[in-house]
Amino acid sequence: MTAPSGGGILVEGVHKSFGDNHVLRGIDVKVDEHEVVCLIGASGSGKSTLLRCINLLEPVDSGRIVVGGEEITARRVDVDRVRRGIGIVFQAFNLFPHMTVLRNITLAPREALGIDKKAAEERAASLLERFGLSDKRDEYPDRLSGGQQQRVAIVRALAMRPSIMLLDEVTGALDPELVAEVLQVIRELAHEGMTMVIATHEMGFARDIASLVCFLDRGVVAEAGPPERIFTDPQEPRTRQFLQRIIAAGRL
Amino acid sequence: MLGNRGVLVSTASTIVVLGLIALAIAMSPGADIVRERFFSWEHLKQSFLGTETSPSVVSAFLLNIRIFMTAEVIILVLALVIAVVRSIPGPVFFPLRAMAVAYTDLFRGIPLILVLYMIGFGVPGLGLKYFSSVADVTYGIVALVLVYSAYVAEVYRAGIDSVHESQVAAARSLGLSRWKSMRFVVLPQAIRRVIPPLLNDFIGLQKDTALVSVLGSIEAARAAQIYGAENFNYASYVVAAALFVLMTIPLARFTDHLIARDRRRREAGFAR
Repeated sequence: MTAPSGGGILVEGVHKSFGDNHVLRGIDVKVDEHEVVCLIGASGSGKSTLLRCINLLEPVDSGRIVVGGEEITARRVDVDRVRRGIGIVFQAFNLFPHMTVLRNITLAPREALGIDKKAAEERAASLLERFGLSDKRDEYPDRLSGGQQQRVAIVRALAMRPSIMLLDEVTGALDPELVAEVLQVIRELAHEGMTMVIATHEMGFARDIASLVCFLDRGVVAEAGPPERIFTDPQEPRTRQFLQRIIAAGRL
Repeated sequence: MLGNRGVLVSTASTIVVLGLIALAIAMSPGADIVRERFFSWEHLKQSFLGTETSPSVVSAFLLNIRIFMTAEVIILVLALVIAVVRSIPGPVFFPLRAMAVAYTDLFRGIPLILVLYMIGFGVPGLGLKYFSSVADVTYGIVALVLVYSAYVAEVYRAGIDSVHESQVAAARSLGLSRWKSMRFVVLPQAIRRVIPPLLNDFIGLQKDTALVSVLGSIEAARAAQIYGAENFNYASYVVAAALFVLMTIPLARFTDHLIARDRRRREAGFAR
């Protein structure tokens, strides 16, 4: 596999097991800088685990992951430094419930990057403004709707000015009417050229936004290609089967 | 909430029940002697204020308060350190973790009174120069701190364990170190959750300050005992008991209040 351009991601032969459960069985993915890659596949196919491995929340068993030219799965890598450059947003938002929206967003810039309070709050305020959340800055997370919470979680990750964003089923826990506002935020990021890896069940969204779609099945990339090919003319029987089930469920 | 009628009924039934109990006590064969030995107004007053030969139970009680206040502050800090040490992952820190486990096992297992004897009589008995000038009550405080820190550390640990792993994942994913994730994300949530059980342990601590008297400190229970022995009357114990109850009630009500507030918050959370 050729090296990705600039600040891209290269995943090579990654294996990961949890006990007897062999979740990733030799994953290869290449993400160029400014590219949006969508991971699709059934639950349990390894999408979330792959994202968690790229963020070093899970150590890989074998294989390697290179980000921006640096092998982050090498030994003696400072995981905190790597994570500062890679934002991740989770399905369940994972906001800090004991902190206001503003504090949620400024915590890591202040404590991990050492930015002073005033600068961190200015940065947070401009991000909140951009995503229409200015009036929520002093609220606690449990006072917000799911869509608002997820947008705050995205802002929290962006406040670290990451070069890469990983989105793990970010609309998966939302009521249908709240999905659109979150997807809109992600579209904006894509237009700005943010490098993103997105695990999603929203096939229509993946078709719109992705430059590359990877279909994961039982821990391997069964098929990868541009969205128009994957969604209209899949080559692999497994991909066809998966998409037929999605269409039958009315999700495409 | 009780309505007007509810208040009326509950008041009436309380009066009836208390009246029956009072009647039963007054009619029992030893009633007069019990009243004289435990509730004699003269003895209650004298032990409360103190006499020439026996110390005032109230002023002795100030020592209980001092012991409690001092021990409480140290316990809050020491127990937190033990709990945090116990939750540090990684093979390198195994010796530290093992020490924290051994500490809690040991001091939760030994009866407080034995720890008091060992510290209060054993340490001065070593004949070390530095310890010769230390007051008895200091040894008492040290013993209370050792025992109660073991309990309170476990309470903290339960709180730390109750914070969901996804909170740590979120903090670490933002590039916060293990320690900063603990300090800013885990501990604030953990401590909030364990305040009620923590206060419960402190009610126990308030009462156990009486045990420090075995080292010779004249606190309320010992002062009451001195009065009782000299006057062959137990009203002094009633005075001491009342003082302890008076001290623990505010803390108990405060605990109730926090638990109720917590429940309201949780229910509000579910409703959304």
